[in-house]
Amino acid sequence: MNDVTGMPESVVVLGGGSEIARALLVRLAGRRLRAVVLAGRDETALAAAARELESLGVPTVATTRFEASDVSDHEDLVRRALDTVASVDLLLVAAGALGSAELEALSPEAVARLVEANFTGPAAAMLAFARVMADHGHGRIVVLSSVAGVRVRRSNFVYGAAKAGLDGFSQGLGDALEGTGVRVTIVRPGFVRTRMTAGVPEAPLATGPEEVADAIVRGLERDAEVVWVPAVFRVLLALASHVPRALWRRIPS
Amino acid sequence: MRASGDARPVPPRRVLTGFGRAGGTAAVLRPVRSPDEVAPLVEEARSEGRHLLPRGLGRAYGDAAQCAGGVLVDTRPMDRVLEIDPDSGVVRVEAGCSVDTLLRAVVPRGWFVPVTPGTRHVSLGGAVAADVHGKNHHRDGSIGSHLRELELVGASGVTRLGPGRDAERFWATVGGMGLTGIVTEVCLALRRIETSRLVVTTERARDLEECMARLSDLDAQHRYSVAWVDGISGGSRLGRSVITAGDHASLDDLDASDRSDPLSYDPRVPLAVPVTPPVGLVGRTTVRALNEVWYAKAPRRRVGEIQTIAQFFHPLDSVRDWNRAYGPHGFTQYQFVVPSSGSEVVRRALELLQRARLTPSLCVLKSFGAASLAPLSFPMPGWTLAADIPVGGHAIGPVLDEIDGLVAAAGGRVYLAKDGRLRPELFAAMYPRLAEWRAVRDRDDPGRLFVSDLWRRLAVQDRERSDW
Repeated sequence: MNDVTGMPESVVVLGGGSEIARALLVRLAGRRLRAVVLAGRDETALAAAARELESLGVPTVATTRFEASDVSDHEDLVRRALDTVASVDLLLVAAGALGSAELEALSPEAVARLVEANFTGPAAAMLAFARVMADHGHGRIVVLSSVAGVRVRRSNFVYGAAKAGLDGFSQGLGDALEGTGVRVTIVRPGFVRTRMTAGVPEAPLATGPEEVADAIVRGLERDAEVVWVPAVFRVLLALASHVPRALWRRIPS
Repeated sequence: MRASGDARPVPPRRVLTGFGRAGGTAAVLRPVRSPDEVAPLVEEARSEGRHLLPRGLGRAYGDAAQCAGGVLVDTRPMDRVLEIDPDSGVVRVEAGCSVDTLLRAVVPRGWFVPVTPGTRHVSLGGAVAADVHGKNHHRDGSIGSHLRELELVGASGVTRLGPGRDAERFWATVGGMGLTGIVTEVCLALRRIETSRLVVTTERARDLEECMARLSDLDAQHRYSVAWVDGISGGSRLGRSVITAGDHASLDDLDASDRSDPLSYDPRVPLAVPVTPPVGLVGRTTVRALNEVWYAKAPRRRVGEIQTIAQFFHPLDSVRDWNRAYGPHGFTQYQFVVPSSGSEVVRRALELLQRARLTPSLCVLKSFGAASLAPLSFPMPGWTLAADIPVGGHAIGPVLDEIDGLVAAAGGRVYLAKDGRLRPELFAAMYPRLAEWRAVRDRDDPGRLFVSDLWRRLAVQDRERSDW
């Protein structure tokens, strides 16, 4: 069960190798975390993350395969997760890929793959978990969206467009889950320094996984529907929606 | 889990929180109008593979009366006063009957409840489940020691329990947080009163040391006592407080105008917080100001003041829905007890809350008398401190975890009826008779039909052998 301050005991992570997920789990391990399922593709990264959590004293840690594109496996993924945790207090959706936004480098397949990795795959898996969580009558879904999806920019438009889809889906799912005891928290960070963004020129107001994790913990405590990281993005993105396209496309990075 | 081909209509669920209005999980709420309706609901839940829990007036602050994904048996409509013996003062009520309803029925006849918590809006079933205490604990103990009989619909059927009748299950039910089944009827011994007033002594104490010393003195002389502690002031003023102590007034204590109707009882509820404000109204500045005013206006020492039952026992009940004032994130009430040898923990707790700027409003200090026979009962001889703390602040979890550690190390415990965040590791340490309680429950309800969110959160050992 989540306690009244929003701290979970059991967590399932989609994208279990994510550095933001890792930073969050380390924080939750210091509170009341007892069981974690790390689901992802990179078995080495999952195993390393699992070892770290075990060394922090989390009694139960399991890893399992999550392939965003393998939608037919997603309900089975829920079953596998429930072999380890009795119920899902917190589902962290942290899977995604940045990809390219250069027309020469993109192909129809590449676009489809990016949309799948960032939107349709995570959305399908979220739905599978949400139905079971609604039956259990409690739980929270934390979705890593991005400011890139709030107003899509030239420099990462495929990623941004997919995140826009995921963000919208998460808002609607949160509304659909009203009355079930399951709540959805959407996290919208700006540029985060991670493996995914390695080599990409840093944008203003960049943060690290630790800052994002701190903001998520505060969001859980406040039962927040949306968490911006840093918080000033709430205002900046409200303003951004009024910037004309002709100007917007010229804003660097 | 429900099979997908099930054709029966699924009753709608509701998201329910505790009185602190934080968190919240979804369950089906099934109102019952009479004890006869309870057993069929238990059978229905069993056949559907759903968990079950009684819920009364929802005054537990945390998740004690929540059952995510299960069925909450709403006892509120089952609220009749069944029988009052005019000679012995033994009263039989349905479990959904509130202390409020009971007082309205019995005070005019010259009787008072043996124990009342700080609100009269608790059901008697809930009062039994939490083995509630009041301002007279140092003298009269908790409500469990005033019970004559209970009717319980448990996992193995309907039984009548009492201190001399299936005593193990009786004491497992007292303080058992609803986890032994649904109490449908409560039979308890009332206290004879001559008037509906109290003679009250009020004193101010400059700091915690003086407060504890004065409380100990006053406890020896008075049936009721409590200290309201300024939770904000620190340093040399840490623990400054206003102590009230009282006794039921005799006819001779009343002036002529009151003497004509000495047992009148008609508490009014003039004020209400009508909506939940978008931000909490209970901030640092307001709490500090209120504490200043309240301390300054209290007399250094006043004796012989006549107060009504509502004024003396239930001051917060005069504002309906006051818990809304904490805003959308709600609040938690933190209450612990430590043996007298650990009284230093009270000071440390106040200091830690202040250092984290958690703005404890409404701090209450009281000394407890002897413990009840119930294995999961909260009170033990020593000091108990209760503090309301707004939820949503960043440090609340770690700070309360730290205080929990001090409390456990001193041999104390936190109160389950208020809890929403204790960690399971400390739960077993704080309740050393847990294994004894669990043995009774396991014999009676091996399938764990009765489960609460609180229990799922705390009883990790149970879960490892169950489907939740």
